[in-house]
Formats: sequence, C-alpha cells, structure tokens
Amino acid sequence: MDFTTQLLIAAISAGTPLLLATLGGILTERAGIIQLGAEGLMLMGAVTTCIVYIRSGNLILALLSAVAITALLGMVHSFLCVTLRANQTMSGLAMTLFGSGLSAYVGKSISGIPLPGSLPKLDLEILKPVPVLGELFGRLDLLTWFSLLLVLVLHLLIHHTSWGLHLRAVGDNPATADVMGIRVQLIRYCYVTAGAALIGLAGADMVLAYAPTWNEGLTAGRGWIAVGLVIFARWNPLRALFCAYFFGALDSLGFRIQLLGSAVPSYFLKMIPYVVTILVLMYLGYRNRNKPSGTPESLGTPYIREQRF
Amino acid sequence: MSPKPGNESATLTPLAGRSGRWYSLRLEYDSSRTRSPWWTPILSVVLALLLCAVFIAANGMSPLVVYEKMFRGAFGTSYGFTETMVKAIPLLLCGLGIAVAYRISVWNIGAEGQLTVGDMAATAVTIYFPDLSSFWSITLMLVFGTAAGALWGLMTAVPRTHFGVNELITSLMLNYVALLALDYVVFGPWKDPKGFNFPGSPMFTAAQSLPVLGSTRLHIGLVFGLVAVLIYYLMIRFTRWGYELRLIGANPTAARYAGIHIKKHIIIVMLISGGLAGIAGMAEVSGVTHKLMQGISPGYGYTAIIVAWLAKLNPLGLIVTSILFGGLIVGGYSVQTIGLPSSISEMLQGAILFFLIAGDMIHRFRIRRSA
Repeated sequence: MDFTTQLLIAAISAGTPLLLATLGGILTERAGIIQLGAEGLMLMGAVTTCIVYIRSGNLILALLSAVAITALLGMVHSFLCVTLRANQTMSGLAMTLFGSGLSAYVGKSISGIPLPGSLPKLDLEILKPVPVLGELFGRLDLLTWFSLLLVLVLHLLIHHTSWGLHLRAVGDNPATADVMGIRVQLIRYCYVTAGAALIGLAGADMVLAYAPTWNEGLTAGRGWIAVGLVIFARWNPLRALFCAYFFGALDSLGFRIQLLGSAVPSYFLKMIPYVVTILVLMYLGYRNRNKPSGTPESLGTPYIREQRF
Repeated sequence: MSPKPGNESATLTPLAGRSGRWYSLRLEYDSSRTRSPWWTPILSVVLALLLCAVFIAANGMSPLVVYEKMFRGAFGTSYGFTETMVKAIPLLLCGLGIAVAYRISVWNIGAEGQLTVGDMAATAVTIYFPDLSSFWSITLMLVFGTAAGALWGLMTAVPRTHFGVNELITSLMLNYVALLALDYVVFGPWKDPKGFNFPGSPMFTAAQSLPVLGSTRLHIGLVFGLVAVLIYYLMIRFTRWGYELRLIGANPTAARYAGIHIKKHIIIVMLISGGLAGIAGMAEVSGVTHKLMQGISPGYGYTAIIVAWLAKLNPLGLIVTSILFGGLIVGGYSVQTIGLPSSISEMLQGAILFFLIAGDMIHRFRIRRSA
C-alpha cells in the first residue's frame, strides 16, 4: 500500500469523528442555536461508550447509551437556550466544562482499559478489484459508512424537503416561520437534541475507531475544531465532508511525518490542525468580507414571540 | 387552547383551586428584568453541590463525606487556607482579564494559553538572563510575562476585528498551541540538564522568585491581583475609557452610532485580558512552582471563566469567587486522599455555571395567574 492510500485511510479514520461532530453542529446551528458544547458532548459520548462497552460487552448498547446521554444533554442545552433564552455561548461553555469534568470523574475507573472490540468493517466483494478505492473501502467501518450516508441524507433533508425548508426558516427568520404556523420552539428542540446526539456519536467513534482506550481529555480539542469546521463548511453537509477529511488528513499527516523521521519536533506537527484552523478561518473571513457567509441569520438570538419586526 | 396573538406565554398544568375552580399558572417573560438578582450565584452553588452529590452517590461514596473532606482541605486548616489563597491569585488575575473582555461581549476563553505563554516568557528571562539582581529579574519577568500574554490576546483580537473570526475558536486553538509549545520547551531546549531527565526547566534562584509571606507559599502575586482589581474598578467608574466600555456593553449599536471605535476597544480589552493572564502565569511560575514544567496550570484559565461569570463581572465579587474556586481546586486535591479523582471539582464548576445561567434567566419570568 502506498503512502497516499495510507494517508487517505488515516484521513478518513481521523476525519470521521470530525465529520459526525460537524454534521451535529450544522443541524444545531441551522436551527439558530449556537453549539459550543461540542467538546464536552464528544467527551461524554466517548466515556459513555467506553463504560457501557467494557461493562456489558455489547457494542450496540454502548452506542445507544452514548446517543441517549448526549441527546439528554442536548435537551438541557435546548431548555436553557430555547425556553429560558439563556446566553447560548455560556450554555455551550458550561456543557464543555461540565462534560470534561464529569467524563474525567466517571471515566477514572476504566481509564486505560482497552475496549473489548471495535466496529465491524464492511467488506464489499464487488469493490475489491477497483485499484485504490477497493483497498480503501474494505477498511471503512460501519460508523464511517453511516457518516457518509448521513451527509447525503442531511444534504437532501436540508435543501430538498419541506422539513429542511422549515428548519432553514426557523434558523433564518423565526418570526416569519412562526407566522407561517411552523412551531419554532419544537423544531429548535428537536434539531438541537439530534445535533447533540450526533456529536455524542462522534465521541463514540473517537474511542471505537481512533483511540481504543479512554483517557481523560481524549478528544484534545477536536470538538472545538468541529465548531470551526461548521463555519468552514458554511453550514452545508456536503462541504462538511471535504472539510472534515481535510482536517483528518492534517491530523494524521503530523504523525506520518514523524514516522518518516522528520527533524521537526512532534510538538510543532501537533500544532498544525489548530494553527490551520485559525488561518483558514482568517482566509475565509477575508475572502468573504463582502459576501454572505452562509450563517443562519438568527444564529445566537433567542426567539421571543412578542418582538416582531 | 391556543395562545392569544401577541401574548407570549407558556401554559403550565392547570391547577385545581381550593374552591374547585380551575385556573392556570402562566410563565410570562418580562424583558424589563435584566438585572440579575444577588441570590442566583449562591443558589447555583447549592444546586450544583446537590446535582454532583447524585453522581458521587452513584459512584458509591457518601457525598457528605466527600464535601466535608473538600471543605476541610480548603478552608479547615491554616495550611489549607493559604493554599486556597495561592490558587485564588491566578484565578483572580485571569478572571479579571476575562471580565474586562466579557464586558463588551468579547468571549475570551484563551486565558489558559495566555497564562501559559506568561509562564514561558518569565522562564525565558531566568534562562537567558540568569545573573540579574533580584529587582531586575523580577521586573523583567513581569514585563515579559505581561507582554507575552498580551501578544497572545492580540492574536485573538486581530482575527476578530480584521477578519471576522469568532474569538472563541481562535482563543481556544491558541490554548492548545501554547500548551504544545510548553511541552516542547520543557522536553527540549529548556530541560534541566541536572533534572534526572525529568521534563522541566532548572529551578529558579532566590533572586528570580517572588517574595512570600512568612513560611507559607502565599506570594506577593496576591498584591498584584488586588492592585489590578482596584485599578480596574477605578478605570471603569471614573475614566472615559471605562464609560465607553460600559456603553458598548449596554448597547453596541448605540455605541457605534455615538462614534465609539469598537474595533479599537476589542483590541485594547484583549491586550489587557491577555496581559493579566500573562501576569498570572508569571506570578505562578515565579511565586509557586519556581520552575517551568508540564501541566503547570490545573485549568486556571477555564475555571476563571466561571469565576468571572459568577462574580457577574464585578471586581469585588471577583475577589470572593476566586477564593471560593481556589478552595474548590484545593478541595479537589484533598479528596484524592480518599481515592477520588480531583476532576470532581471541574464537574462542580461546570454545574455551577449551568445553574447560574439558568437561574439568571428564570428570574426574568414572572408567574401569572390567568383566568
């Protein structure tokens, strides 16, 4: 297997949690609610998966509990931001802080214990003869396939269905949506909860496919990178796919360069994704300074019915 | 029953009155209630303690025993109390910096990184200018630490003002960059050759260490913190700059029409915010650890966010909340003796923030009886 194929595989494996988290962020923010709790949600998803998987040995149960716990946290976020109209930035920060503290606390007992298994891979016989792709696709696990499918589904949902139209209306102009009879608060609750569950699944994927044991602070800022990726992807699922894999490649590139015996200390290679995030956001900001950025127009402003414009 | 148009209310479960007549309670949003009441911080601490008690109990420990241990460890002995004060110093300085930025809605969450570069800059002085007198080395460390923190703040401010990049992401990414840079220097060029291969810089000399109170570890950084709070208070109350900050905080649109240069203010507050965290870093490395090492900050920069928010960005409140959270950190360490992870204190911090923002908003709803 040549270097490019290896890098591609590594990029997909490192990019899948980023992709899932970015898709979760897109869903949440399309509904007009800022989601800055991604880091905490990913940690909670990861630790729940580890605990349930190690204790029960049942992969499906582990994934379901991760989704359930993070969906519950998503509901807390919706309650604070939609019903109570609290500061969305602060609610997200609280979720990140609480998630990292709680995950470290409950994860202490299983820290460093390897998981009993990993995700099953889908070996497709028909793809085997295809030169590069055959090898590539044989190595993708179920969550990766799920995330690819999800990109397609969410793209169709957001841009080609009436549900998507309602979602976009709620995120762009809730007052008008309300007048049209769309239940703004209900839709916000649903998408924030679903988005949080996806971010939790991203955490589950981190431990199942990427780093097979629980360690405190295992996500190392990937939740925050996903928050940035939502902006790169301009709240668009198809773009999210490319952005997430690009960052997955950056993430694994540092590791590969190190294996090749580079003279650059590994600490600098590990800085690459963080520095690139800032630089790309600056570039996008500069390029789009006179253009709409794709931000849902009412992102971050709670909807209050009596305030009509 | 559908709500009347223009009347925003959520109907709660109808309650049967004593007379048997049905009436309902409604929650009504009152947008005039913007000042949050004084009791929400206290209530949120209590509720957070209750919530975390559930998790502690679920883990098979008695919450009362754990909390008693934490409280005793933090405030029960004179050693514990001075340790709490030692932890309160970086929280006070970082929290003050965060409060300055939050006042005009600049969400700096990069205090951790700004503190770390402050640590590194102060250590650089000890490595490249080892033989200065006590006065000069402390002064130079202070200047370098502040400048490094301010530079880190500037790197968050400029993308925000000139490129429209959300400062939350930038400041957080820079935290990771700073921590990796710290790892690089302590494992690489600044590693103590006599340190038995332990990752860390050489010990500071007495001339490079901040003076301490008696035989405790409580150092002069406390004075830095208190002076900074005093200056901040006076600046906000009595200067034109403080007035402009308050104006931007109250209504950014109006401030812009009034001719206030908001971009300039964002850069200034981020320089101050970063600079204060840099001072905290310098004070920590020179006053407490006396050498640069990995994991020098147990997340002071993140805890300081809650410290600032809990104090409602009020300078005097900051002194109280930073002592409280210093105690929480020390208490977190002391539960390790009964085999619990210190992350218990992080969990409590997050929960306090949750209840605080919820409490401030719940206060804005009025319960109304409707016929």
